[in-house]
Amino acid sequence: MSEIVGGIFTSHVPGIGAAIAKGLQQDPYWKPFFDGFVPVHQFLEREKPDVAVVFYNDHGLNFFLDKMPTFAIGAAADYRHEDEGWGIGGFKPFVGHPALSWHIIEQVVGDEFDPVTCQSMLVDHGVCVPFELCWPDAKAWPVKLVPICINTVQHPLPSPKRALALGRSVGKALESWPGDEKIVVLGTGGLSHQLDGERAGHINVDYDKFCLRNIVADPEALTQHDTLDIVELAGSQGVEILNWLAARGALTGSVRELAHNYHVPISNTAAATLLVENHATVHA
Amino acid sequence: MLMTRTDSTAARRVIPGTPVFDGDAAQKGLGLNAMCYSFNQAANRAAFVADEAGYMDRFALTDPQREAVRQRDVPGMIAAGGNVYYLAKLAGILGLNVQDLGALQTGLPIEEFKAALLAHGVTERSVAP
Repeated sequence: MSEIVGGIFTSHVPGIGAAIAKGLQQDPYWKPFFDGFVPVHQFLEREKPDVAVVFYNDHGLNFFLDKMPTFAIGAAADYRHEDEGWGIGGFKPFVGHPALSWHIIEQVVGDEFDPVTCQSMLVDHGVCVPFELCWPDAKAWPVKLVPICINTVQHPLPSPKRALALGRSVGKALESWPGDEKIVVLGTGGLSHQLDGERAGHINVDYDKFCLRNIVADPEALTQHDTLDIVELAGSQGVEILNWLAARGALTGSVRELAHNYHVPISNTAAATLLVENHATVHA
Repeated sequence: MLMTRTDSTAARRVIPGTPVFDGDAAQKGLGLNAMCYSFNQAANRAAFVADEAGYMDRFALTDPQREAVRQRDVPGMIAAGGNVYYLAKLAGILGLNVQDLGALQTGLPIEEFKAALLAHGVTERSVAP
């Protein structure tokens, strides 16, 4: 039987990838963010997951506005990054897990979601930066990838309630997967930030702390706001918390926070990392 | 007598200082955003640099979009339907990062914009025993 070992939630600011490329992890500006990954590295070393199911949003690499899926599930044998327009790259390629992807697709469509299915899919910094953060010394990624892309770009966006429900459906699929893989779930993006408009630079520490306080024990608390409420609270791009909510939903067992790190600012963003363990049974 | 609102914009929620990239913006901005999307390829970035006006012709930019690009007017690009994730690709060609974009939209000098972010000065860490 498969095992869902836990969840890793992290910001995915492209500048983090540039900082890694320049070796700035110990630089005073970056250190408070990168230090938050020490418990994550220990966890991954201990658990050694085989597969990562990643909830993220595409920023205009694979999807353009001509065809914009609300939910898209990768079902490719391999994935790669390409130039996103700034020339940053050098991200390692990914091995997919098509059989698990299709198992997830069967489950979520059975639960009346309507995802786009992608047998060919580029993955952008929303996937690559978290992988670099999680496995900084890997020559090749030690996990297979199932990417699940959520529209956080073009309104109307899916509701927080819907994102959480999608995650729960994915979690059901992972639980019923007959393989013996260990699976880790990632949710990327956020926390509060806004890149556009006169309010660019908006950060909301109180809302971010509300999310960090509640997402593990009571994710429904985050569904009291609709997407525009979240845009107002967390900023236009802070709405990437939808990816975190979906990832949280996929952790269907008994969950416990192992660590979190919250640091403002990284670029225009309130950067956060959260590590959650998941067990099928409640520890007595 | 009660007013009956029939246009789609009437009930739209306004969040101060915050453009919501919705269907109206997506329609209005399609040409500009398509051009920016093309900048994922280095050859297209070079073609734009070599002949900005000619390159804008290929994507049928509207007059306000052309003018905003010509003037490096970021709020103008947003008002003309530009989406910031796509505009960021154009900004890269112009040597601007998202913090520069923030400064240009808020009207703050870049150092003040960065200082305002640094002023939050929050680092909070917790590790379970």
